[in-house]
Amino acid sequence: MKKLMLLTSGIALCAGMATANDDLVSQMGDSTQWAIQTGDYKNQRYSALDQINAENVGDLQVAWTFSTGVLRGHEGSPLVIDDVMYVHTPFPNIVYALDLKNEGKIIWKYEPKQDPDVIPVMCCDTVNRGVAYADGKIFLHQADTTVVALDAKSGDVVWTAVNGDPSIGETNTATVLPVKDKIIVGISGGEFGVRGHTTAYDMSSGELVWRAYSMGPDSDILADPENTTHLGKPVGADSGTNTWEGDQWMIGGGTTWGWFSADLDENLFYYGTGNPSTWNPAQRPGDNRWSMTLMARDIDTGVAKWFYQMTPHDEWDYDGINENILTEQMIDGEERKLLTHFDRNGLGYTLDRVSGELLVAEKFDPVVNWTTGVDMDPASETYGRPAVVAQYSTAQNGEDVNTTGVCPAALGTKDQQPAAYSPKTEMFYVPTNHVCMDYEPFRVSYTAGQPYVGATLSMYPAPDSHGGMGNFIAWDNINGEIKWSIPEKFSVWSGALATAGDVVFYGTLEGHLKAVSADTGEELYRFKTPSGIIGNVMTYESAGKQYIGILSGVGGWAGIGLAAGLTNPNDGLGAVGGYAALSDYTALGGQLTVFALPD
Amino acid sequence: MKTVNLIATSLIAALPLAALAEDPVDPKLYEAAYNEDGRYFTDDDVPTFNIQEDGTVDWLTFSGFRRYHAECHVCHGPDGEGSTYAPAVKNSSISLGYDGFFDVVVNGRQNGNSVMPHFGENRNVMCYLDDIYVYLKARGLDALPRGRPAKKEAKSDVIREDENACMG
Repeated sequence: MKKLMLLTSGIALCAGMATANDDLVSQMGDSTQWAIQTGDYKNQRYSALDQINAENVGDLQVAWTFSTGVLRGHEGSPLVIDDVMYVHTPFPNIVYALDLKNEGKIIWKYEPKQDPDVIPVMCCDTVNRGVAYADGKIFLHQADTTVVALDAKSGDVVWTAVNGDPSIGETNTATVLPVKDKIIVGISGGEFGVRGHTTAYDMSSGELVWRAYSMGPDSDILADPENTTHLGKPVGADSGTNTWEGDQWMIGGGTTWGWFSADLDENLFYYGTGNPSTWNPAQRPGDNRWSMTLMARDIDTGVAKWFYQMTPHDEWDYDGINENILTEQMIDGEERKLLTHFDRNGLGYTLDRVSGELLVAEKFDPVVNWTTGVDMDPASETYGRPAVVAQYSTAQNGEDVNTTGVCPAALGTKDQQPAAYSPKTEMFYVPTNHVCMDYEPFRVSYTAGQPYVGATLSMYPAPDSHGGMGNFIAWDNINGEIKWSIPEKFSVWSGALATAGDVVFYGTLEGHLKAVSADTGEELYRFKTPSGIIGNVMTYESAGKQYIGILSGVGGWAGIGLAAGLTNPNDGLGAVGGYAALSDYTALGGQLTVFALPD
Repeated sequence: MKTVNLIATSLIAALPLAALAEDPVDPKLYEAAYNEDGRYFTDDDVPTFNIQEDGTVDWLTFSGFRRYHAECHVCHGPDGEGSTYAPAVKNSSISLGYDGFFDVVVNGRQNGNSVMPHFGENRNVMCYLDDIYVYLKARGLDALPRGRPAKKEAKSDVIREDENACMG
């Protein structure tokens, strides 16, 4: 294996190709490492490690812990490369390098100096979804949009680049994608009227290579009118402006704060864009392309190969930024390269990731009610569009009208918390929200750097269900079916991990790390960590032993509504406390907990 | 103003320590003394809420509910109850007073990594500052329960004209 890797990099060098991250590709292929937030370029979050398995996971114990020294929401996970663990924190975005061969001794610590003025322009807490590794460097995308490359050995700054302007509401919460000789990064700020963009920087120098906006002229969105397709048809000229009225696209949202996946053979990377701004649909007539869109772009040029807009003219804040999981599976008797995406809007999509053809679009929570489903007939005029139910249409009901009982709520049937996929079971393991809302849009004016929301909403557990606010489900992406579903008291805001040991791990907002059977969902283990979990479970092996790691630290979107508990306005006045308050179960924290089997 | 007794007892639980040291909140600070074109004021001419026997709230309290849940809620949580990273603000109308409340919203303030932004240039906030103030006042005194007020007075023509002038 090692020989083959050397050989590959030798060839690459001889050919003079830009493959600076052979290092990362081989690390991702080695299951003893956890080299990228998403597990691999496919975003499968699957590990071939099987020392911890369905038979023995019940014996799991805490091996060691580490306090990050920061409170607030801890999303993402640590990385492990060559027996060094890289742990990040929310703002101020500290990075620690811990020596796994020396009881987690701190090798180096990097703490950027950031203007605290960035804090209040971050919607929904100061989370950060982790660092990335490639080519001997650690890449951090700070809250203030500074992208930093650190020497992985010393923590010294190799280069920095400034990706956005916090004074107009541009911030960052996402990790970056190191791919080939580039670092690809996104931007946050959809609630501040930011026009979303995705940008590639040169991995070795930090120079900007290309930038693709989510809306705007063709030269901004890097779309080719002839060759960029939407559901198999060319998008045509001006597709990023001709579904907007006037100049609204200039503050049009479609930010890019989610996860990236990549297919090196196709030379494509994949991501989704967020909500169009404002939340008041009356202020932005039209489909608002290319907000709410899955995108496939060329890694080297950024030019779009295909788009698929899931929620044209959003009326509910169903950002399309969730992860795109790449698989190769049999469908209709043929093996195809697939992309599976669980959208905030409550639909689980399966597409052909080469062509962008839509194959499956089904609800992954039965309570989803804003649509009756997606038109799957390629001959139809409304092919690929969701049929909107008038009763739940905040656009049709209009400004200053409170639309009630919409499922899911604005935080989606699933937010950024990433799902996992096991090639052994061919099932997806999906952390979900089970929350509905009332939504009332109204007029707002735009001021640069100020919130630009334009709707008020109240959220509550899905009515006539189990009373909880979340589920953890197993999903069949070929047939579009839920295989099993575990009800949870709170939204499941933690990224899942599937392993070859036939175990699936996830965290809960109360703070439990849970292990369940990959086949049946039966609970096999739980441990209550010091704070609520919104981080993602990871695994690695050191000195022949498998470990499971998870960050605790409640916060994020989940910390807004759930801290004080939700009320259901439909229960009438005074129904306070009818639902569980997260503050009764957990408090702020910032801790890594690492588990292993007893010796 | 239906249950001054009720309000007084709930104050013990609801008010911050600074206010606890004092006697229950002086009704003069919140009782509506008069009404001008659908806006209510105390004896000292400070904006306040007005909630009728059947739960009907004045327009500003309702409008404050809406604006709060658009502009403030992403940090301060639903109904002014606080989130995991920003304090409950339902008592701020009383504890800060009208001028103090105004000052913090307009200019912001910072306490370490806890940062309240300045909203002075934001018309979505500034045009509705009295609305948010009276809404939180009603919440802090438990005169208004959590959730969306079910019944409200109509928006007066003067309030509508002022809003249009302010929003531009």
